[in-house]
Amino acid sequence: MTADTKTANERTYPAPNISLETEAYWAAANEGKLLMKKCSDCGKTHFYPRAICPHCHGGNTEWYEASGKGVIYSYSVMRRGATPYAIAYVTVDEGITMMTNIVDCDYDALAVGQAVEVTFRQSDGGGGHDQAIPVFRPT
Amino acid sequence: MSRTSKAYIAGIYEHPTRKAVDQTIPQLHAEVAIGALADAGLTLDDVDGYFCGGDAPGLGGISMAEYMGLNLKYTDSTETGGSSYVIHVGHAVNAIAMGKCSVALITLAGRPRAEGVATLGPRDYGSALPELGFESPYGPVVTNQYGMAAMRHLHQYGTTSEQLAWVKVAASHHAQHNEHAMLRNVVTVEDVVNSPMISDPLHRLDCCVISDGGGALVVVSPEIAKTLGDRCVKILGHGESIKHLNAGQVDITYTGGVVSGPIAFAEADLKPADMDYVSIYDSFTITVVETLEDLGFCEKGKGGAFVSDGNLISGTGKLPFNTDGGGLCNNHPTNRGGITKVIEAARQLRGEAHPKVQVPDCTLALAHGTGGSIATRMGSSTVILGRNDA
Repeated sequence: MTADTKTANERTYPAPNISLETEAYWAAANEGKLLMKKCSDCGKTHFYPRAICPHCHGGNTEWYEASGKGVIYSYSVMRRGATPYAIAYVTVDEGITMMTNIVDCDYDALAVGQAVEVTFRQSDGGGGHDQAIPVFRPT
Repeated sequence: MSRTSKAYIAGIYEHPTRKAVDQTIPQLHAEVAIGALADAGLTLDDVDGYFCGGDAPGLGGISMAEYMGLNLKYTDSTETGGSSYVIHVGHAVNAIAMGKCSVALITLAGRPRAEGVATLGPRDYGSALPELGFESPYGPVVTNQYGMAAMRHLHQYGTTSEQLAWVKVAASHHAQHNEHAMLRNVVTVEDVVNSPMISDPLHRLDCCVISDGGGALVVVSPEIAKTLGDRCVKILGHGESIKHLNAGQVDITYTGGVVSGPIAFAEADLKPADMDYVSIYDSFTITVVETLEDLGFCEKGKGGAFVSDGNLISGTGKLPFNTDGGGLCNNHPTNRGGITKVIEAARQLRGEAHPKVQVPDCTLALAHGTGGSIATRMGSSTVILGRNDA
């Protein structure tokens, strides 16, 4: 799966900053997968993904593929600026809440608690290094 | 009764400018420093401790110390955004109590208006930020992050936009009397909720002003305070905290005030009901509602009802707040409002607030600063202050 083409009225997505700790997350996003990290020692998932578990502070964290399903925890539609967009926190089924955008939706019909699923958008990395980023859309 | 205070606020100064086209940032820092020291009856030669945040040009306080000709034996450049300066008050008390310095100067200054800084854009905190890649693609800016906090509060507690609007209404009632305030027109709840939507559910009038200028505080030892007269204000308690996204266990309906408030009240041996006046950081209306709940002025989730019907208006309500007009109407210098919160609380305790908003017999007050975003990562600080004879 590759990232969906954004619709005509969508903003341009800045490319993410990718570090040694997070390159696997972004490589998976380019294959249409949303990865999470959990700790092999305490078993808990955390977000954003880190080499050191923020729960038990062990150094044995591992990647796994998330369901990509969740609900909107909160959102806000930015009405000022060139193109409106919806920023949101989505609580995924794995139990963590992540910042994202809600796409393919009527901004006036969004609601806290609404069911959403992951999809991907191509960011504007420039220079042929475009990177897919996970976003969510209503199910 | 006479409460013990380890240090006093001896000098305060708020720069009158709101658009500093003719001054540099270092110049503004020096002007507020000289103003606060003159207010205390001191000069730059008396300063032996200097405290500043990230708005001070240079490495910590080093360049500004040189510019102002300070001879220092103590410095602290704790940087937690708009809450930094309230934290600096607490750190100055600690330093003075430990005998490390005796006249502590705190400055804040900047000129985002004169420089035409875009405020809708993202802020650059450097590429090594661990969270950066997981946020920057999604367009988080100050307004939509506070928008998300407000949206969740509305959903979870039934708070309404009209209730949030009351915070702005109260601030505007105070600002009408402040000749330096950027927005002096009294507004109504209808004015607020009918103003243009910026980022749901926050309207334009739910947002603070963008202003230049700054302010300064002088904190001194009890021995020096004795020589400076009864305008010195007691610092009775201080608390601070950092709150963050907690590894993805996100709750954006509360602030770091849940930690900083109880610590400050415990140190002062006081409780919220004892406060005659409060300065609450008001970057947005929602900031005030969440903070008042977290500091214990009302039950969690009831902040909307608490601020309604003029309850924050001096002379009318039970808890007069931000009698200078606050960040919502008066001044939010260089997008950091912590220092003006302490300044107005000190004015109230000296009886030097505008007569129309002066709280009668104001004896005990609280000032609270918020830095960063209550929807992500934030610094919080609370100080409890008392009149010279408190």
